[in-house]
Amino acid sequence: MDVLLGALSWIAIVGGVFFMLVGTFGVLRMPDVYTRLHAAGMTDTMGAGLVLLGMAFHTVGDMLHGETTYWLVLVRLVLIYGFLLLTSPIATHALARAGLAGGVKPWTNGEERA
Amino acid sequence: MDDRVILRVGTKILTPFILIFALYVQFHGDYGPGGGFQAGVIFAAAFVLYALVYGLGNAIKVLPPRVAYACGALGVIIFVGVGYGSMALGGEFLNYSVLAHDPLHGQHYGIIGVELGVLVTVFGVMVSLFYAFAGRRRIES
Repeated sequence: MDVLLGALSWIAIVGGVFFMLVGTFGVLRMPDVYTRLHAAGMTDTMGAGLVLLGMAFHTVGDMLHGETTYWLVLVRLVLIYGFLLLTSPIATHALARAGLAGGVKPWTNGEERA
Repeated sequence: MDDRVILRVGTKILTPFILIFALYVQFHGDYGPGGGFQAGVIFAAAFVLYALVYGLGNAIKVLPPRVAYACGALGVIIFVGVGYGSMALGGEFLNYSVLAHDPLHGQHYGIIGVELGVLVTVFGVMVSLFYAFAGRRRIES
């Protein structure tokens, strides 16, 4: 059980780091504001979500070792994930709206990259 | 027709949680990371978010600038009040141990009081600063 939880925890955390890395590359490499926002939004929901999932697996492992009060940590992780799921897309939405209101034209295929 | 539905609903859902989280940071400051300054900033951030989404006029209706200025001064009064209170009870300035019969409890009350003062001041000053900047108009030349 220990090995299984540890492996799941590591897989989730490494997966989250992978998504964050991809998101960072996206922010650096994408051609305009909106495509970059797409990459940045993924960093928060997918990347941070998977890292939190890995932490949750780790916490469950600690609970099996007799840390009975650690369910509070689990509740906090779930709450953090819930707020991340709410705030991150809203922030991305606000930024995209601000870009559109500011007159930034979306990039289309074939155009020169900014 | 206003189309900022997502922002408005999101702000409406999140504002109470931001305020609660500020209080959590405040009372967690005695035992771990957190404390009055961070809590004050988070508390003010809730009002800044409200002002950004619902407009400065509505925010000023909720929290008039006069109240924000008063908060900035009130926190200092609370802080200094705890300090002089401990002097009045026979200790040094901000010597919490004399605030209760048991020094340990006294320390506890003193820290809570001082942190509350910091929270109120930081909150008031942050909101005042935001109002001062957001209320400026562009100078037409």
